[in-house]
Amino acid sequence: MSTLLRVEGVGKSYGATRALENASIEIETGEFFALLGPSGCGKTTLMRVIAGFETPDSGAVFLDGVDVTHAPPHRRPVNLMFQSYALFPHMDVAANVAYPLRRQGLASGLVAQRVRDMLRLVQMDGFEARKPDRLSGGQKARVALARALAAGPRLLLLDEPLAALDRKLREDTQFELMQVQRDLGLSFLVVTHDQSEAMAMAGRIAVMREGRIAQVGAPRDVYERPSSAWVADFIGAANLIPARLRALEAGRAHLESLAGALTARIDAQTGLAPGASALVCVRAQVLRLHATRPVADNVIEGDIVDEIYLGGAVEWRVRIADGGLLRVSAAPHESGVAGRGRRVFVSFAAEAASVLPAAASPA
Amino acid sequence: MSAPSAARLGPAGMCVLALGFAFIYAPILLIVVYSFNASKLVTVWGGFSLRWYPALLENRQLLDSAFMSLKVALASGALATLLGGLAGLALARRGSRGRSALAALVYAPLVMPEAMIGLALLLLFVALGVERGFLTIVIAHATLGMCFVALVVAARMKTFDASLREAAMDLGAGPFTAFRTITLPLIAPALVAGFLLAFTISLDDVVLATFASGPGATTLPMRIYSQMRLGVTPEINAVSTLILCSAAALAGAALILARILRHGAR
Amino acid sequence: MSARDALARRLARRLAHRLAIGAPLAWLALFFVAPALVLLKISFSVSVLGQPPYEPRFDLSAGFAAFLESLRGLSLDSYALILQDDLYLHALLGSLRVAGLSTALALLIAYPLALAMAHAPRSWRPALILLAVAPFWTSFLIRVYAWIMILKDEGLLNRALAASGLLDAPLRLFATEGAVVIGVAYAYLPFAILPIYNALDRQDRTLVEAARDLGASRLRAFWSVAFPLSLPGVFAGALLVFIPACGEVVIPDLLGGPETWMLGRAIWNDFFANRDWPAASAAAALLLLAILAPLIAFERAQMREEESA
Repeated sequence: MSTLLRVEGVGKSYGATRALENASIEIETGEFFALLGPSGCGKTTLMRVIAGFETPDSGAVFLDGVDVTHAPPHRRPVNLMFQSYALFPHMDVAANVAYPLRRQGLASGLVAQRVRDMLRLVQMDGFEARKPDRLSGGQKARVALARALAAGPRLLLLDEPLAALDRKLREDTQFELMQVQRDLGLSFLVVTHDQSEAMAMAGRIAVMREGRIAQVGAPRDVYERPSSAWVADFIGAANLIPARLRALEAGRAHLESLAGALTARIDAQTGLAPGASALVCVRAQVLRLHATRPVADNVIEGDIVDEIYLGGAVEWRVRIADGGLLRVSAAPHESGVAGRGRRVFVSFAAEAASVLPAAASPA
Repeated sequence: MSAPSAARLGPAGMCVLALGFAFIYAPILLIVVYSFNASKLVTVWGGFSLRWYPALLENRQLLDSAFMSLKVALASGALATLLGGLAGLALARRGSRGRSALAALVYAPLVMPEAMIGLALLLLFVALGVERGFLTIVIAHATLGMCFVALVVAARMKTFDASLREAAMDLGAGPFTAFRTITLPLIAPALVAGFLLAFTISLDDVVLATFASGPGATTLPMRIYSQMRLGVTPEINAVSTLILCSAAALAGAALILARILRHGAR
Repeated sequence: MSARDALARRLARRLAHRLAIGAPLAWLALFFVAPALVLLKISFSVSVLGQPPYEPRFDLSAGFAAFLESLRGLSLDSYALILQDDLYLHALLGSLRVAGLSTALALLIAYPLALAMAHAPRSWRPALILLAVAPFWTSFLIRVYAWIMILKDEGLLNRALAASGLLDAPLRLFATEGAVVIGVAYAYLPFAILPIYNALDRQDRTLVEAARDLGASRLRAFWSVAFPLSLPGVFAGALLVFIPACGEVVIPDLLGGPETWMLGRAIWNDFFANRDWPAASAAAALLLLAILAPLIAFERAQMREEESA
């Protein structure tokens, strides 16, 4: 695979607010990449820099090795599927899809052919003469996708492509987007604030916070090996147990917490030394409940204060000795020991937990 | 309990609607009815007659002034649409320099009494030694008209999704192509509405025209006004009826045009 | 893509934007601001006979020093004249009185009508709005003229009243201030209806339902909830009627009597009949002040509302 897009140390300020700070990412050809972060984290600004709607104050954007930092939007092989879809209300579906082809000066026969192909690709053939205000949300999304693809982009940017759709439609559309991306072998960059959306669709995710890239990695890496407490908490609920580092050995850390001694995986990059305060991060799904003390790497005693039935799973809140609450979730058939007010033991393997610096830093 | 949007218009409400619109339309209808009055005494009904209409066609002065009004309205309407369209676009662009000054200047003529604007313009024309006539009336009407056009266009631009322009540029259109293919077609209804507004205001105005005109240029409202000051005549009723009919025809044409623009544009 | 190309393109766009804002600005500067300045200048001049019938007190083309010099000799004569002369005080008070009364009358008619429109079935409303606005598109002169026909001594109203036996002698309506008030209220009625309708239509209907749910009668729910919330619309409508009414020329001329004196008419008269340009200009400046005051008050109120929102 080759690098398609390289964003190098891009910074952008609006007055006193810094929207982007030294942001760098690389996207491979044929990759489905997601920019994930809460609103105001700079992901939209970064996308607009890549599309050409904003000129960065510093840094550069390379496409296929060519510097396009100052190229206007209509001169870059990058197209955008707008969050509002931005379908031209005075044109019908066919004219919308034909718009980029007309701008390229294609002969009308070729234009008609391409429009047909694109509409068939998104299963909107037969809707050529409809005006956008006569389309449903899902249909608008498809036309917007067809129009952006008709422009023949090397890289397609999708700005919150599913945000305007209702839940059921969102799942279908998500699946179709992935299929189109695979079939065409195109590079997609999706911008979203929804972590489950990003994890479901993308091959790699860049998590952004306050204008910086906090972590880049495959969904599994980001979920299971978050680089900070903030990322851990943003990507699905995480249990964070405050502890003090006692000793290090071969990728493992031994810690002391108010809830007892703990052992967990540690990355050398965290740079923590014995004596430092840290957080043990462990997902609700890897925790196990027991009625009697089990044999495991880590065992914490506590009382069940709440039990929530969620259909596909049951979630418990367990009060532990340091006063905090642990969230434990399991399939309903595994919930034998439970019951509000019961004393239980929570266990997890050292490999399933990671040690993070205690101070919540942006990167 | 009825839905919040459901109407709760009782008989009292119906009465208010009927009385209100009767108050608005009865005086206008009276003119139309009495224009077909055979009697020379305007307010005494003397039977149905069309006698006042053919007489109008022989009134050379009246026809000349009607023609003059039409020319002034077309010229000033076009000028107002051009200038007001530009102003409306500029007003909708956030952060451009001179925007607040332009906004103040666009609003000001709308609240100034016409007598004041007219007097001031006349004094300027005199100070500059400009000969008054057709051209000066066009300038006066275009100045007032462009402010209305600017408001209509700016209001339309406010509902205009900025991402549409960006989408056009993203899909390969340069700034000017994006303007031609997206912005212009989308504000076209506002431009048409603005033109009609400026056109109507020009056709209707008597105060500005009186100040701005010279000996050679008399518009229809000026002519009618000077006759009205002398009293009620059947001829005025007939002229008024014709004007009302053409206004209704123009409004009908505008509605049809708006429909075509909305559904037929590509 | 080089940065220089990008710069060139940006310059071209900036030029286009300059033109878009520059052309209308220049036009308004030349044909609105400059005339207003000339008017102010002439209002400070002394009236003499001749063409043009004024003696300029300063000449802007003579440079700044000359301007300062001329300031010393500036004449407040025309202001003194119009302030001393009962006629102008009369006209100012007449303008304010007629504008105030006709605004009140217009609101009195417009409010119930707008209320009924806002409660009409949804499918009727576009047609009702069209009906309310349509008179604006027909000739202003003709609508005023209709009232001459109705209000004259031997007019339609008096004839109808006489025919029904209600009156022996005709009512004296025409050529009175009352006729002007009716004419102004009628002519500017659409301006009062629309903002009130908008304010009522935009209102959240569940607020009135909440008031009813909490024990208010229909009337009380209206008075305590819907009416106060519609006041900004009433205020806007009042302003839209009051301001043009102040400077009205045509209506007092056609419907008023010789004693109905208003500022707009005074300007007109001074200018066309008396040929006293400085006095007309000074009267126009006065009229401007009379209109600016309520406008600034409105602007302030709106700003306060925006801040609190």
